[in-house]
Amino acid sequence: MGVAALFFYLFATVTVASAFMVIASRNPVHSVLFLILAFFNAAGLFMLTGAEFLALILIVVYVGAVAVLFLFVVMMLDVDFAEMREGFLQYLPIGGIIGIILLVELIFVLGASFVDPQAASVAVQPIPDLAETSNIKAIGDLLYTRYIFFFQLSGIILLIAMIGAIVLTLSHRTDVKRQNIADQVARDPEEAITMHKVKPGEGI
Amino acid sequence: MDAAFFDSYIWPVLVILFQSVLLLVVLLVFVAYILYADRKIFAAVQLRRGPNVVGPWGLLQSFADLLKFVVKEPIIPSGANKGVFLLAPLVAGVLALSAWAVIPVADGWSVADPNLGLLFVFAISSLEVYGIIMGGWASNSKYPFLASLRSAAQMVSYEVSIGFVIITVLLCVGSLNLTDVVYSQQDGLGTRLGVPVNSFLDWHWLALFPMFIIFFISAIAETNRPPFDLPEAESELVAGHMVEYSSTPFLLFFLGEFVAITLMCALTTLLFLGGWLPIIDIAPFNWLPGIFWFVLKGMFVFFCMAMVRSIVPRYRYDQLMRLGWKVFLPISLFMVFITAFVLQFMGWA
Repeated sequence: MGVAALFFYLFATVTVASAFMVIASRNPVHSVLFLILAFFNAAGLFMLTGAEFLALILIVVYVGAVAVLFLFVVMMLDVDFAEMREGFLQYLPIGGIIGIILLVELIFVLGASFVDPQAASVAVQPIPDLAETSNIKAIGDLLYTRYIFFFQLSGIILLIAMIGAIVLTLSHRTDVKRQNIADQVARDPEEAITMHKVKPGEGI
Repeated sequence: MDAAFFDSYIWPVLVILFQSVLLLVVLLVFVAYILYADRKIFAAVQLRRGPNVVGPWGLLQSFADLLKFVVKEPIIPSGANKGVFLLAPLVAGVLALSAWAVIPVADGWSVADPNLGLLFVFAISSLEVYGIIMGGWASNSKYPFLASLRSAAQMVSYEVSIGFVIITVLLCVGSLNLTDVVYSQQDGLGTRLGVPVNSFLDWHWLALFPMFIIFFISAIAETNRPPFDLPEAESELVAGHMVEYSSTPFLLFFLGEFVAITLMCALTTLLFLGGWLPIIDIAPFNWLPGIFWFVLKGMFVFFCMAMVRSIVPRYRYDQLMRLGWKVFLPISLFMVFITAFVLQFMGWA
Protein backbone atom coordinates (compact mmCIF):
# COMPACT_ATOMS: atom_id res chain seq x y z
CA MET A 1 0.00 0.00 0.00
CA GLY A 2 1.45 3.32 -1.05
CA VAL A 3 1.74 6.40 1.09
CA ALA A 4 -0.95 8.11 -1.04
CA ALA A 5 -3.40 5.30 -0.22
CA LEU A 6 -2.50 5.58 3.44
CA PHE A 7 -3.27 9.29 3.40
CA PHE A 8 -6.48 8.69 1.45
CA TYR A 9 -7.76 6.32 4.14
CA LEU A 10 -6.66 8.70 6.88
CA PHE A 11 -8.43 11.72 5.36
CA ALA A 12 -11.50 9.69 4.35
CA THR A 13 -11.90 8.13 7.81
CA VAL A 14 -11.55 11.44 9.60
CA THR A 15 -13.97 13.11 7.15
CA VAL A 16 -16.66 10.51 7.73
CA ALA A 17 -16.08 10.40 11.48
CA SER A 18 -16.20 14.18 11.88
CA ALA A 19 -19.25 14.40 9.59
CA PHE A 20 -20.94 11.94 11.93
CA MET A 21 -19.88 14.01 14.94
CA VAL A 22 -21.45 17.11 13.33
CA ILE A 23 -24.90 15.57 13.82
CA ALA A 24 -24.06 13.56 16.95
CA SER A 25 -22.42 16.15 19.22
CA ARG A 26 -24.64 17.79 21.82
CA ASN A 27 -23.16 21.27 21.61
CA PRO A 28 -23.87 23.14 18.33
CA VAL A 29 -20.53 24.98 18.52
CA HIS A 30 -18.76 21.63 18.68
CA SER A 31 -20.83 20.60 15.65
CA VAL A 32 -19.50 23.55 13.66
CA LEU A 33 -15.94 22.81 14.78
CA PHE A 34 -16.33 19.20 13.59
CA LEU A 35 -17.74 20.53 10.33
CA ILE A 36 -14.53 22.53 9.94
CA LEU A 37 -12.48 19.41 10.56
CA ALA A 38 -14.54 17.63 7.88
CA PHE A 39 -13.83 20.51 5.44
CA PHE A 40 -10.12 20.26 6.16
CA ASN A 41 -10.02 16.56 5.46
CA ALA A 42 -12.08 16.99 2.29
CA ALA A 43 -9.47 19.56 1.22
CA GLY A 44 -6.83 16.92 1.94
CA LEU A 45 -8.68 14.50 -0.34
CA PHE A 46 -8.78 17.14 -3.10
CA MET A 47 -5.06 17.65 -2.61
CA LEU A 48 -4.46 13.91 -3.09
CA THR A 49 -6.30 13.88 -6.41
CA GLY A 50 -4.17 16.81 -7.62
CA ALA A 51 -6.93 19.41 -7.42
CA GLU A 52 -4.83 21.74 -5.28
CA PHE A 53 -6.71 24.90 -6.31
CA LEU A 54 -10.04 23.41 -5.28
CA ALA A 55 -8.53 22.24 -2.00
CA LEU A 56 -7.27 25.71 -1.09
CA ILE A 57 -10.44 27.45 -2.29
CA LEU A 58 -12.45 25.04 -0.15
CA ILE A 59 -10.42 26.16 2.85
CA VAL A 60 -10.52 29.88 1.99
CA VAL A 61 -14.22 30.05 1.18
CA TYR A 62 -15.84 27.41 3.37
CA VAL A 63 -13.56 27.32 6.39
CA GLY A 64 -12.30 30.89 6.26
CA ALA A 65 -15.60 32.63 5.56
CA VAL A 66 -18.73 30.46 5.59
CA ALA A 67 -17.89 28.46 8.72
CA VAL A 68 -16.86 31.66 10.52
CA LEU A 69 -20.34 33.04 9.87
CA PHE A 70 -21.89 29.73 10.95
CA LEU A 71 -19.93 29.90 14.17
CA PHE A 72 -20.90 33.54 14.55
CA VAL A 73 -24.61 32.71 14.29
CA VAL A 74 -24.46 29.55 16.41
CA MET A 75 -22.61 31.34 19.21
CA MET A 76 -25.15 34.17 19.17
CA LEU A 77 -28.19 31.89 19.23
CA ASP A 78 -29.63 30.93 22.55
CA VAL A 79 -30.49 27.36 21.65
CA ASP A 80 -32.44 25.14 23.97
CA PHE A 81 -30.75 21.78 23.42
CA ALA A 82 -33.43 19.66 25.11
CA GLU A 83 -36.08 21.14 22.85
CA MET A 84 -33.96 20.47 19.79
CA ARG A 85 -33.60 16.80 20.75
CA GLU A 86 -37.36 16.31 21.19
CA GLY A 87 -38.34 16.17 17.55
CA PHE A 88 -35.44 13.93 16.59
CA LEU A 89 -37.39 10.70 16.10
CA GLN A 90 -40.25 12.52 14.44
CA TYR A 91 -38.01 13.97 11.72
CA LEU A 92 -35.85 10.86 11.36
CA PRO A 93 -37.90 9.25 8.53
CA ILE A 94 -37.90 12.40 6.36
CA GLY A 95 -34.20 13.00 6.96
CA GLY A 96 -33.46 9.35 6.27
CA ILE A 97 -35.37 9.42 2.96
CA ILE A 98 -33.50 12.53 1.81
CA GLY A 99 -30.21 10.90 2.78
CA ILE A 100 -31.06 7.73 0.86
CA ILE A 101 -32.09 9.74 -2.24
CA LEU A 102 -28.75 11.59 -2.17
CA LEU A 103 -26.88 8.30 -1.75
CA VAL A 104 -28.72 6.72 -4.70
CA GLU A 105 -27.99 9.77 -6.87
CA LEU A 106 -24.31 9.59 -5.97
CA ILE A 107 -24.25 5.90 -6.83
CA PHE A 108 -25.92 6.63 -10.18
CA VAL A 109 -23.40 9.32 -11.08
CA LEU A 110 -20.24 7.65 -9.83
CA GLY A 111 -21.24 4.07 -10.58
CA ALA A 112 -22.34 4.74 -14.17
CA SER A 113 -18.95 3.93 -15.62
CA PHE A 114 -19.02 0.49 -13.98
CA VAL A 115 -22.41 -0.37 -15.49
CA ASP A 116 -21.81 1.21 -18.88
CA PRO A 117 -18.14 1.70 -19.89
CA GLN A 118 -19.17 4.32 -22.49
CA ALA A 119 -20.58 6.64 -19.85
CA ALA A 120 -17.15 7.89 -18.88
CA SER A 121 -16.49 9.18 -22.41
CA VAL A 122 -19.59 11.40 -22.24
CA ALA A 123 -18.22 13.24 -19.20
CA VAL A 124 -16.65 16.59 -20.07
CA GLN A 125 -12.87 16.74 -19.84
CA PRO A 126 -10.97 19.97 -19.19
CA ILE A 127 -9.31 21.40 -22.29
CA PRO A 128 -6.34 21.39 -22.60
CA ASP A 129 -5.65 18.25 -20.68
CA LEU A 130 -4.70 18.66 -17.01
CA ALA A 131 -1.28 17.17 -17.71
CA GLU A 132 -0.41 20.14 -19.95
CA THR A 133 -1.85 23.04 -18.03
CA SER A 134 -2.08 24.13 -14.42
CA ASN A 135 -5.13 23.79 -12.22
CA ILE A 136 -6.01 27.48 -12.24
CA LYS A 137 -5.70 27.83 -16.02
CA ALA A 138 -7.95 24.80 -16.60
CA ILE A 139 -10.62 26.10 -14.20
CA GLY A 140 -10.34 29.63 -15.59
CA ASP A 141 -10.76 28.33 -19.12
CA LEU A 142 -13.83 26.33 -18.17
CA LEU A 143 -15.50 29.03 -16.08
CA TYR A 144 -14.66 32.20 -17.96
CA THR A 145 -14.46 30.98 -21.56
CA ARG A 146 -16.48 27.85 -22.17
CA TYR A 147 -19.25 28.37 -19.65
CA ILE A 148 -19.13 32.15 -19.33
CA PHE A 149 -22.90 32.44 -19.88
CA PHE A 150 -23.79 30.08 -17.04
CA PHE A 151 -21.19 31.68 -14.84
CA GLN A 152 -22.57 35.17 -15.42
CA LEU A 153 -26.11 33.91 -14.95
CA SER A 154 -25.33 32.35 -11.57
CA GLY A 155 -23.51 35.55 -10.64
CA ILE A 156 -26.60 37.61 -11.43
CA ILE A 157 -28.82 35.23 -9.44
CA LEU A 158 -26.51 35.56 -6.45
CA LEU A 159 -26.45 39.34 -6.84
CA ILE A 160 -30.25 39.47 -6.85
CA ALA A 161 -30.38 37.24 -3.78
CA MET A 162 -27.89 39.52 -2.03
CA ILE A 163 -29.78 42.68 -2.92
CA GLY A 164 -33.02 41.02 -1.77
CA ALA A 165 -31.50 40.11 1.60
CA ILE A 166 -30.18 43.64 2.06
CA VAL A 167 -33.51 45.24 1.11
CA LEU A 168 -35.39 42.97 3.51
CA THR A 169 -33.17 43.70 6.49
CA LEU A 170 -32.24 47.32 5.86
CA SER A 171 -34.02 49.73 8.14
CA HIS A 172 -33.00 53.31 8.63
CA ARG A 173 -33.55 54.29 12.21
CA THR A 174 -34.08 57.98 12.56
CA ASP A 175 -33.39 58.15 16.29
CA VAL A 176 -29.73 57.15 15.88
CA LYS A 177 -27.05 59.76 15.38
CA ARG A 178 -24.95 58.94 12.35
CA GLN A 179 -21.59 60.25 11.29
CA ASN A 180 -21.39 61.73 7.83
CA ILE A 181 -17.78 61.17 6.88
CA ALA A 182 -17.81 63.76 4.07
CA ASP A 183 -19.14 66.45 6.45
CA GLN A 184 -16.63 65.40 9.06
CA VAL A 185 -13.69 65.69 6.68
CA ALA A 186 -14.93 68.98 5.24
CA ARG A 187 -15.09 70.60 8.69
CA ASP A 188 -12.90 73.62 9.00
CA PRO A 189 -11.34 74.68 12.32
CA GLU A 190 -12.16 78.31 11.47
CA GLU A 191 -15.90 77.53 11.57
CA ALA A 192 -15.90 74.78 14.14
CA ILE A 193 -14.19 76.78 16.86
CA THR A 194 -15.23 80.18 18.10
CA MET A 195 -12.97 82.08 20.47
CA HIS A 196 -14.47 83.98 23.35
CA LYS A 197 -12.75 86.29 25.72
CA VAL A 198 -14.25 85.46 29.06
CA LYS A 199 -14.02 88.06 31.75
CA PRO A 200 -13.50 86.66 35.26
CA GLY A 201 -16.72 86.31 37.22
CA GLU A 202 -19.05 87.05 34.29
CA GLY A 203 -19.12 83.99 32.05
CA ILE A 204 -20.11 84.08 28.40
CA MET B 1 12.98 -1.82 4.17
CA ASP B 2 14.61 -1.26 0.78
CA ALA B 3 16.76 1.63 -0.33
CA ALA B 4 14.20 3.04 -2.76
CA PHE B 5 11.65 3.53 0.02
CA PHE B 6 14.30 5.25 2.12
CA ASP B 7 15.29 7.53 -0.76
CA SER B 8 11.78 8.51 -1.73
CA TYR B 9 10.11 8.83 1.68
CA ILE B 10 12.34 8.67 4.76
CA TRP B 11 15.18 10.93 3.59
CA PRO B 12 12.92 13.77 2.32
CA VAL B 13 11.02 13.65 5.60
CA LEU B 14 14.28 14.01 7.53
CA VAL B 15 15.38 16.93 5.32
CA ILE B 16 12.02 18.68 5.69
CA LEU B 17 12.11 18.09 9.44
CA PHE B 18 15.58 19.64 9.69
CA GLN B 19 14.55 22.65 7.56
CA SER B 20 11.38 23.16 9.58
CA VAL B 21 13.22 23.09 12.90
CA LEU B 22 15.83 25.51 11.59
CA LEU B 23 13.12 27.87 10.29
CA LEU B 24 11.22 27.58 13.57
CA VAL B 25 14.23 28.43 15.73
CA VAL B 26 15.29 31.39 13.57
CA LEU B 27 11.70 32.62 13.38
CA LEU B 28 11.12 32.45 17.12
CA VAL B 29 14.34 34.30 17.90
CA PHE B 30 13.29 36.86 15.32
CA VAL B 31 9.86 37.20 16.91
CA ALA B 32 11.50 37.81 20.29
CA TYR B 33 13.47 40.72 18.85
CA ILE B 34 10.55 42.03 16.79
CA LEU B 35 8.61 42.20 20.03
CA TYR B 36 11.51 44.08 21.62
CA ALA B 37 11.75 46.43 18.61
CA ASP B 38 8.00 47.05 18.76
CA ARG B 39 8.21 48.09 22.40
CA LYS B 40 11.32 50.20 21.84
CA ILE B 41 9.78 52.05 18.88
CA PHE B 42 6.56 52.61 20.81
CA ALA B 43 8.61 53.92 23.74
CA ALA B 44 10.77 56.18 21.57
CA VAL B 45 7.70 57.83 20.00
CA GLN B 46 6.32 58.49 23.49
CA LEU B 47 9.70 59.73 24.77
CA ARG B 48 10.12 56.80 27.14
CA ARG B 49 13.03 54.40 27.47
CA GLY B 50 11.18 51.13 26.89
CA PRO B 51 12.55 47.80 28.16
CA ASN B 52 16.13 48.42 29.33
CA VAL B 53 16.70 46.29 32.41
CA VAL B 54 17.13 42.64 31.37
CA GLY B 55 20.44 42.21 29.56
CA PRO B 56 22.40 44.99 27.81
CA TRP B 57 19.90 47.63 26.54
CA GLY B 58 17.11 45.28 27.61
CA LEU B 59 17.93 42.91 24.76
CA LEU B 60 16.91 39.82 26.75
CA GLN B 61 13.53 41.25 27.82
CA SER B 62 11.47 38.98 25.52
CA PHE B 63 13.20 35.85 26.85
CA ALA B 64 12.53 36.93 30.41
CA ASP B 65 8.87 37.42 29.50
CA LEU B 66 8.78 33.97 27.93
CA LEU B 67 10.22 32.38 31.05
CA LYS B 68 7.74 34.27 33.19
CA PHE B 69 4.75 33.04 31.17
CA VAL B 70 5.93 29.45 31.12
CA VAL B 71 6.48 29.11 34.88
CA LYS B 72 3.19 30.75 35.87
CA GLU B 73 0.11 28.75 36.73
CA PRO B 74 -2.33 28.14 33.87
CA ILE B 75 -5.82 28.94 35.12
CA ILE B 76 -8.86 27.45 33.40
CA PRO B 77 -12.12 29.17 34.41
CA SER B 78 -14.62 26.73 35.90
CA GLY B 79 -17.34 27.72 33.44
CA ALA B 80 -15.05 27.38 30.44
CA ASN B 81 -15.40 24.74 27.76
CA LYS B 82 -12.11 23.09 28.63
CA GLY B 83 -11.25 21.35 25.37
CA VAL B 84 -11.96 24.31 23.11
CA PHE B 85 -10.40 26.68 25.65
CA LEU B 86 -7.05 24.90 25.40
CA LEU B 87 -7.36 24.18 21.67
CA ALA B 88 -7.80 27.87 20.76
CA PRO B 89 -4.26 29.12 21.60
CA LEU B 90 -2.79 26.05 19.91
CA VAL B 91 -4.76 26.84 16.75
CA ALA B 92 -3.60 30.46 16.87
CA GLY B 93 0.06 29.53 17.35
CA VAL B 94 0.31 26.58 14.97
CA LEU B 95 -1.57 28.20 12.08
CA ALA B 96 0.60 31.29 12.10
CA LEU B 97 3.77 29.20 12.10
CA SER B 98 2.59 26.78 9.41
CA ALA B 99 2.19 29.48 6.77
CA TRP B 100 5.93 30.21 7.02
CA ALA B 101 6.63 26.83 5.41
CA VAL B 102 6.02 28.24 1.93
CA ILE B 103 7.67 31.65 2.32
CA PRO B 104 10.88 31.81 0.25
CA VAL B 105 13.30 33.93 2.31
CA ALA B 106 15.89 33.84 -0.49
CA ASP B 107 16.06 32.20 -3.90
CA GLY B 108 15.01 28.58 -3.24
CA TRP B 109 15.21 28.96 0.54
CA SER B 110 11.82 27.66 1.61
CA VAL B 111 10.67 24.43 3.22
CA ALA B 112 8.20 23.93 0.36
CA ASP B 113 7.61 25.86 -2.85
CA PRO B 114 4.15 24.77 -4.05
CA ASN B 115 2.48 26.08 -7.21
CA LEU B 116 -0.21 27.81 -5.20
CA GLY B 117 1.98 29.15 -2.41
CA LEU B 118 0.29 32.54 -2.35
CA LEU B 119 -3.15 30.97 -2.08
CA PHE B 120 -1.86 28.71 0.71
CA VAL B 121 -0.68 31.71 2.73
CA PHE B 122 -4.01 33.45 2.09
CA ALA B 123 -5.91 30.35 3.22
CA ILE B 124 -3.86 30.06 6.41
CA SER B 125 -4.22 33.74 7.23
CA SER B 126 -7.98 33.47 6.72
CA LEU B 127 -8.02 30.72 9.35
CA GLU B 128 -6.26 32.74 12.01
CA VAL B 129 -9.59 34.16 13.12
CA TYR B 130 -10.48 30.74 14.58
CA GLY B 131 -8.04 31.05 17.45
CA ILE B 132 -9.75 34.25 18.52
CA ILE B 133 -13.33 33.04 18.00
CA MET B 134 -12.77 29.73 19.76
CA GLY B 135 -10.89 31.34 22.64
CA GLY B 136 -13.53 34.03 23.07
CA TRP B 137 -16.42 31.60 23.06
CA ALA B 138 -14.80 28.94 25.24
CA SER B 139 -13.87 31.45 27.95
CA ASN B 140 -17.58 31.76 28.84
CA SER B 141 -17.14 35.39 29.77
CA LYS B 142 -18.62 38.51 28.21
CA TYR B 143 -15.54 40.53 27.22
CA PRO B 144 -13.84 37.68 25.35
CA PHE B 145 -17.12 36.86 23.67
CA LEU B 146 -17.61 40.42 22.44
CA ALA B 147 -14.02 40.36 21.20
CA SER B 148 -14.59 37.17 19.25
CA LEU B 149 -17.71 38.61 17.59
CA ARG B 150 -15.81 41.73 16.64
CA SER B 151 -12.83 39.88 15.27
CA ALA B 152 -15.00 37.51 13.23
CA ALA B 153 -16.57 40.45 11.40
CA GLN B 154 -13.32 42.40 11.13
CA MET B 155 -11.10 39.68 9.76
CA VAL B 156 -13.68 38.40 7.27
CA SER B 157 -14.16 41.97 5.99
CA TYR B 158 -10.50 42.71 5.42
CA GLU B 159 -9.84 39.32 3.84
CA VAL B 160 -12.02 40.45 0.96
CA SER B 161 -9.74 43.35 0.07
CA ILE B 162 -6.60 41.24 0.66
CA GLY B 163 -8.09 38.72 -1.77
CA PHE B 164 -8.53 41.40 -4.43
CA VAL B 165 -4.98 42.66 -3.90
CA ILE B 166 -3.73 39.12 -4.39
CA ILE B 167 -5.79 38.89 -7.59
CA THR B 168 -4.14 42.02 -9.05
CA VAL B 169 -0.70 40.62 -8.22
CA LEU B 170 -1.78 37.32 -9.77
CA LEU B 171 -2.81 39.18 -12.93
CA CYS B 172 0.63 40.81 -13.20
CA VAL B 173 2.58 37.65 -12.39
CA GLY B 174 0.49 34.96 -14.06
CA SER B 175 1.33 32.49 -11.30
CA LEU B 176 0.57 31.95 -7.63
CA ASN B 177 4.01 30.51 -6.93
CA LEU B 178 5.81 32.86 -4.53
CA THR B 179 9.18 32.41 -6.26
CA ASP B 180 7.57 33.39 -9.58
CA VAL B 181 5.99 36.39 -7.88
CA VAL B 182 9.45 37.64 -6.90
CA TYR B 183 11.08 36.88 -10.25
CA SER B 184 8.34 38.72 -12.13
CA GLN B 185 9.43 41.85 -10.25
CA GLN B 186 12.96 41.60 -11.61
CA ASP B 187 12.03 43.41 -14.81
CA GLY B 188 8.72 45.08 -14.13
CA LEU B 189 7.41 48.57 -14.75
CA GLY B 190 10.78 50.39 -14.50
CA THR B 191 12.43 48.27 -17.19
CA ARG B 192 9.41 48.53 -19.46
CA LEU B 193 9.47 52.30 -19.15
CA GLY B 194 13.18 52.34 -20.09
CA VAL B 195 15.17 52.35 -16.83
CA PRO B 196 18.47 50.63 -17.88
CA VAL B 197 19.18 48.77 -14.61
CA ASN B 198 16.86 46.42 -12.73
CA SER B 199 16.03 48.40 -9.63
CA PHE B 200 13.40 49.04 -7.00
CA LEU B 201 11.33 50.82 -9.66
CA ASP B 202 10.57 47.38 -11.12
CA TRP B 203 8.86 46.10 -8.02
CA HIS B 204 5.10 45.95 -7.74
CA TRP B 205 4.83 48.70 -5.14
CA LEU B 206 5.15 51.28 -7.91
CA ALA B 207 3.12 49.54 -10.60
CA LEU B 208 0.30 48.68 -8.19
CA PHE B 209 0.73 51.61 -5.84
CA PRO B 210 -2.83 51.97 -4.45
CA MET B 211 -2.95 48.22 -3.89
CA PHE B 212 0.30 48.37 -1.93
CA ILE B 213 -1.26 50.85 0.50
CA ILE B 214 -4.51 48.86 0.70
CA PHE B 215 -2.57 45.68 1.36
CA PHE B 216 -0.48 47.32 4.06
CA ILE B 217 -3.54 48.68 5.89
CA SER B 218 -5.50 45.44 5.44
CA ALA B 219 -2.52 43.49 6.78
CA ILE B 220 -2.61 45.61 9.92
CA ALA B 221 -6.36 45.00 10.25
CA GLU B 222 -5.97 41.29 9.55
CA THR B 223 -3.40 40.86 12.32
CA ASN B 224 -5.48 42.93 14.79
CA ARG B 225 -2.72 45.47 15.26
CA PRO B 226 -3.43 49.01 16.44
CA PRO B 227 -5.17 51.16 15.13
CA PHE B 228 -7.44 48.21 14.27
CA ASP B 229 -6.96 46.19 17.47
CA LEU B 230 -10.67 46.26 18.29
CA PRO B 231 -10.82 42.59 19.37
CA GLU B 232 -8.50 43.49 22.24
CA ALA B 233 -9.21 47.17 22.75
CA GLU B 234 -8.12 47.49 26.37
CA SER B 235 -10.20 50.55 27.14
CA GLU B 236 -13.40 48.71 26.23
CA LEU B 237 -12.73 44.98 26.49
CA VAL B 238 -9.87 44.71 29.03
CA ALA B 239 -7.77 42.35 26.86
CA GLY B 240 -10.42 41.03 24.50
CA HIS B 241 -10.24 37.35 23.69
CA MET B 242 -7.26 36.88 26.02
CA VAL B 243 -8.93 38.06 29.25
CA GLU B 244 -9.29 34.60 30.77
CA TYR B 245 -5.97 33.26 29.53
CA SER B 246 -2.83 33.03 31.59
CA SER B 247 0.55 31.36 31.46
CA THR B 248 1.49 29.26 28.40
CA PRO B 249 -1.90 29.46 26.62
CA PHE B 250 -1.61 33.26 26.75
CA LEU B 251 1.97 33.01 25.50
CA LEU B 252 0.77 30.95 22.54
CA PHE B 253 -1.84 33.59 21.64
CA PHE B 254 0.78 36.28 21.91
CA LEU B 255 3.26 34.29 19.86
CA GLY B 256 0.64 33.50 17.20
CA GLU B 257 -0.18 37.18 16.89
CA PHE B 258 3.43 38.22 16.41
CA VAL B 259 4.23 35.36 14.02
CA ALA B 260 1.20 36.45 12.00
CA ILE B 261 2.64 39.97 11.94
CA THR B 262 6.02 38.73 10.68
CA LEU B 263 4.12 36.67 8.10
CA MET B 264 2.28 39.75 6.85
CA CYS B 265 5.58 41.69 6.70
CA ALA B 266 7.13 38.85 4.69
CA LEU B 267 4.12 38.73 2.40
CA THR B 268 4.24 42.49 1.78
CA THR B 269 7.94 42.11 0.99
CA LEU B 270 7.32 39.26 -1.45
CA LEU B 271 4.29 40.78 -3.19
CA PHE B 272 5.32 44.41 -3.46
CA LEU B 273 8.93 44.97 -2.43
CA GLY B 274 10.68 42.43 -4.63
CA GLY B 275 11.40 39.74 -2.02
CA TRP B 276 15.12 38.99 -1.96
CA LEU B 277 16.00 41.16 -4.99
CA PRO B 278 18.66 43.83 -4.35
CA ILE B 279 17.53 47.44 -4.33
CA ILE B 280 19.56 48.22 -7.47
CA ASP B 281 21.09 45.40 -9.50
CA ILE B 282 24.65 46.85 -9.66
CA ALA B 283 27.98 46.06 -8.04
CA PRO B 284 27.99 46.62 -4.28
CA PHE B 285 24.29 45.85 -3.83
CA ASN B 286 24.00 42.55 -5.67
CA TRP B 287 27.02 41.08 -3.83
CA LEU B 288 24.93 40.87 -0.69
CA PRO B 289 23.02 37.59 -0.26
CA GLY B 290 19.26 37.53 -0.92
CA ILE B 291 18.37 36.78 2.70
CA PHE B 292 19.93 40.11 3.73
CA TRP B 293 17.62 42.06 1.42
CA PHE B 294 14.60 40.00 2.42
CA VAL B 295 15.18 40.62 6.13
CA LEU B 296 15.95 44.29 5.55
CA LYS B 297 12.72 44.86 3.62
CA GLY B 298 10.72 42.84 6.13
CA MET B 299 12.13 44.95 8.96
CA PHE B 300 11.28 48.11 7.06
CA VAL B 301 7.66 47.01 6.68
CA PHE B 302 7.55 46.10 10.37
CA PHE B 303 9.00 49.49 11.30
CA CYS B 304 6.18 51.16 9.32
CA MET B 305 3.62 48.99 11.16
CA ALA B 306 5.14 49.88 14.52
CA MET B 307 5.08 53.59 13.65
CA VAL B 308 1.43 53.32 12.60
CA ARG B 309 0.72 51.64 15.92
CA SER B 310 2.34 54.37 17.94
CA ILE B 311 1.03 57.36 15.97
CA VAL B 312 -2.53 56.60 14.84
CA PRO B 313 -5.38 56.49 17.39
CA ARG B 314 -7.69 53.48 17.45
CA TYR B 315 -10.58 53.34 14.98
CA ARG B 316 -14.16 53.15 16.10
CA TYR B 317 -15.86 49.91 15.05
CA ASP B 318 -18.25 51.47 12.49
CA GLN B 319 -15.34 53.43 10.98
CA LEU B 320 -13.41 50.19 10.62
CA MET B 321 -16.28 48.50 8.83
CA ARG B 322 -16.83 51.52 6.62
CA LEU B 323 -13.15 51.55 5.62
CA GLY B 324 -13.23 47.87 4.74
CA TRP B 325 -16.50 47.67 2.82
CA LYS B 326 -17.11 51.15 1.46
CA VAL B 327 -13.57 52.33 0.71
CA PHE B 328 -11.21 49.40 0.16
CA LEU B 329 -13.64 47.05 -1.55
CA PRO B 330 -14.70 49.45 -4.36
CA ILE B 331 -11.14 50.72 -4.87
CA SER B 332 -9.63 47.25 -5.04
CA LEU B 333 -12.40 45.96 -7.34
CA PHE B 334 -11.83 48.91 -9.63
CA MET B 335 -8.07 48.34 -9.55
CA VAL B 336 -8.52 44.70 -10.56
CA PHE B 337 -10.44 45.95 -13.59
CA ILE B 338 -7.87 48.67 -14.41
CA THR B 339 -4.92 46.28 -14.01
CA ALA B 340 -6.49 43.68 -16.27
CA PHE B 341 -7.32 46.38 -18.83
CA VAL B 342 -3.80 47.86 -18.84
CA LEU B 343 -2.15 44.44 -19.07
CA GLN B 344 -4.36 43.49 -22.01
CA PHE B 345 -4.10 46.85 -23.75
CA MET B 346 -0.31 47.16 -23.46
CA GLY B 347 0.21 43.51 -24.31
CA TRP B 348 2.10 42.87 -21.04
CA ALA B 349 -0.11 39.99 -19.92
